[in-house]
Amino acid sequence: MLDQLREPAFTKRGLSRTSRVPRRSPITWVRGGGLSTLLFLAPLLFVFGAFSWYPIVRTVVMSLQHTNLVQPATWVGFANFKAVWHDPLFPVAVKNTLYFAGLALVFGYPIPLIAAVLMSEVRKRRGIYSALAYLPVVIPPVVAVLLWKFFYDASSTGVFNTVLGWIHLGPYPWLQSQQWAMPSLVLESTWANAGATVIIYLAALTGVQTELYEAASVDGAGILRKVWHVTLPQLRGILLVTLILQIIGTAQVFLEPYLFTSGGPANATLTVLLLIYNYAFGNSLGGDYGKATALSLMLAVFLAIFSLIYLRATRSWSTR
Amino acid sequence: MKSLRRIATAVAVAGLVALCATAAALGSRSSSVTISVASLIPGSTQAAIDQFNSQVAQFEKANPGITVKPVEYNWTGPTFAAKLAARTLPTVFEVPFTDARSLGDNGQLANLTPYAKALPYFSEFNPAVIAEGTDAKGQVVALPKGAYAQALHYNRQLFSEAGLNPNKPPTTWAQVRKDAKIITEKTGKAGYVEMAKDDNTAGWILTTVVYSLGGRMETGTGTSAKATLDNKYTIQALNMLKAMRWTDNSMGSNFSYSWGDINQAFAAGTVGMYVSGSDIYTNLVQAYNVNPAIYGIAPIPLAKNKTAGVLGGGTLAAVRPDASKAQIAAAVKWMSFFYEEPQISKTQAIRNAQTLVANKQPVGVPALPLFNKHLYDISQTWIKPYINVPIAQMKPFLTGIFSENLIPEPEASTQSVYHALDAVVEGVLTNKDTNVVQMLQQATSEAQQAISSGA
Repeated sequence: MLDQLREPAFTKRGLSRTSRVPRRSPITWVRGGGLSTLLFLAPLLFVFGAFSWYPIVRTVVMSLQHTNLVQPATWVGFANFKAVWHDPLFPVAVKNTLYFAGLALVFGYPIPLIAAVLMSEVRKRRGIYSALAYLPVVIPPVVAVLLWKFFYDASSTGVFNTVLGWIHLGPYPWLQSQQWAMPSLVLESTWANAGATVIIYLAALTGVQTELYEAASVDGAGILRKVWHVTLPQLRGILLVTLILQIIGTAQVFLEPYLFTSGGPANATLTVLLLIYNYAFGNSLGGDYGKATALSLMLAVFLAIFSLIYLRATRSWSTR
Repeated sequence: MKSLRRIATAVAVAGLVALCATAAALGSRSSSVTISVASLIPGSTQAAIDQFNSQVAQFEKANPGITVKPVEYNWTGPTFAAKLAARTLPTVFEVPFTDARSLGDNGQLANLTPYAKALPYFSEFNPAVIAEGTDAKGQVVALPKGAYAQALHYNRQLFSEAGLNPNKPPTTWAQVRKDAKIITEKTGKAGYVEMAKDDNTAGWILTTVVYSLGGRMETGTGTSAKATLDNKYTIQALNMLKAMRWTDNSMGSNFSYSWGDINQAFAAGTVGMYVSGSDIYTNLVQAYNVNPAIYGIAPIPLAKNKTAGVLGGGTLAAVRPDASKAQIAAAVKWMSFFYEEPQISKTQAIRNAQTLVANKQPVGVPALPLFNKHLYDISQTWIKPYINVPIAQMKPFLTGIFSENLIPEPEASTQSVYHALDAVVEGVLTNKDTNVVQMLQQATSEAQQAISSGA
């Protein structure tokens, strides 16, 4: 009822304001602070224009060209898109990316949530736990990968294999096996990225009303029931946002396969972004920048459509 | 009025003086030129850097108008392509034999023809070598730096520890397999390893082994060449690799060595044998301080058939396509001074060897002649007193290599052919159940696609 009353009132107010305000001349626009607004906006427009919008437009243009960035480009229409579509490595890269995303979703998505819930239950030294959880995020990714490469040494004297050897397991080939390589990448990726999500969940958990937990306790709910019936429903907005961010992030995974395995062994960790990189820089005679930008656009369009569908499908659930 | 005239005269004189000074300054600026040149790979020892800087100082002294700026440089496929596109390569840079012609045809290298042909020794170049730096229009787009033959490098210390004779390296692939197994059993180290990374090196080494068995990766030339990756010799080479990896377990636990990694592992003494260019000793010293006592080099084992041969390759020096005429002229002078003259001019050869020795850098590393065998032999006599590499340990290689059947790398889409083979080598080394024939068929199809499109 309140909503019904509010809407016409707003519309009325809007109409009356429009009818009262006279049409602005350039002088009134300047006097009204338009120029200073433009001045304040200019750096932002320049930065976005130069570093975001221009590269996007350039990407679209290059996807329709054949160019080695030294000689003049030639227009080739949609030939680059067709070439990508018919590349035997394209389905391999898509399948591997989906595999990475699936593994990351199964292992990487619940772990930060569980860690955050457990940490929120801790009464003492919560700061230390938060810091420990966040520490991998502040380690430069290249350093982290080099460190894990050392851990993943496939010989029996490798760090992980030595530890597992104590309980009579292994040695495992880790990055040196087609079957083990992708799960190994997901393991490191989860370790490296979980901290940031844990902090987001911890912040969200402070917003959960304590009365709800007290009421659940009065009803005889244990810790698991409290988490299921109170914590998760209260966090659902955040959970949905982190889920879509994780899906977008994993669809664009590049760093781990590039630094750990270069897409190997035998293309077992070749992801879509790595394929884009290979198109652009894989051939020392000059990259196929047309194909690289074409696949970039295909990925961007797919993710945009996926995000729209996801947001539309989960809109009612996230605001319930 | 007089004073006004005086002022006007003074102003005119001052103006003239200023004009002359500016002209003189401009004149001196136009006669001086700065070029950046590829120097050493990142991570080289201080001694190697000092040696290079001494060379630069000598060159600048001899060419007062030219300033040379050394830039660390390491050719790898992906970084080269990125630098080429971003135009961040030094004025003078190095490319493998496989790439120069195509880069020249694509307009990505400067035309050196008038300056190169003016070099007094240009006609002495080995025709096969200079052809690698000449594009389809006949323009010279690169000058040779060095040529190598693929060789078998082995750790003499591990051979001794395993009870093998370090003076008698294997001469057949069956012996390589047998010795690798013995080394692993006796020392616990990898008996034989191969570059197996997805950066074209795995394909390069597989091609070397296939050549040594008698096979070829393609027939014909240009975009009409036919990919023949799935020939019987490639299958034979891969089956041998499979046996060493999965039956003998003599290849250690690292199956993702790149060019640098494998050199590092060898210098660290963890590798019994591996295949790489005959000139690799320089990198082993400059980047990894290898103990000379462990180093041994032998020719690639060749099968007993007429088509078996040793893969030969090399490196050329080229110039950025956007370099000015003055820069190109200066660049060719530098290339002549740094790469060519030590091999054809007695004075320069001795001076170069002295500088290398003074900075504890290797002199006498096995290489193939850029000019002809006769001139090569003469140049070796000039530097004989300065040779500091373990030449006796290189005897197995040096005695046989010049009579071997040297075969150039696949001509059409070389790097793409190697790249298609990378996945096959990785597949064999990381999956026991890999279907070699099926993987080779896919690689052949990928390579053919690249060849036909000129990629």
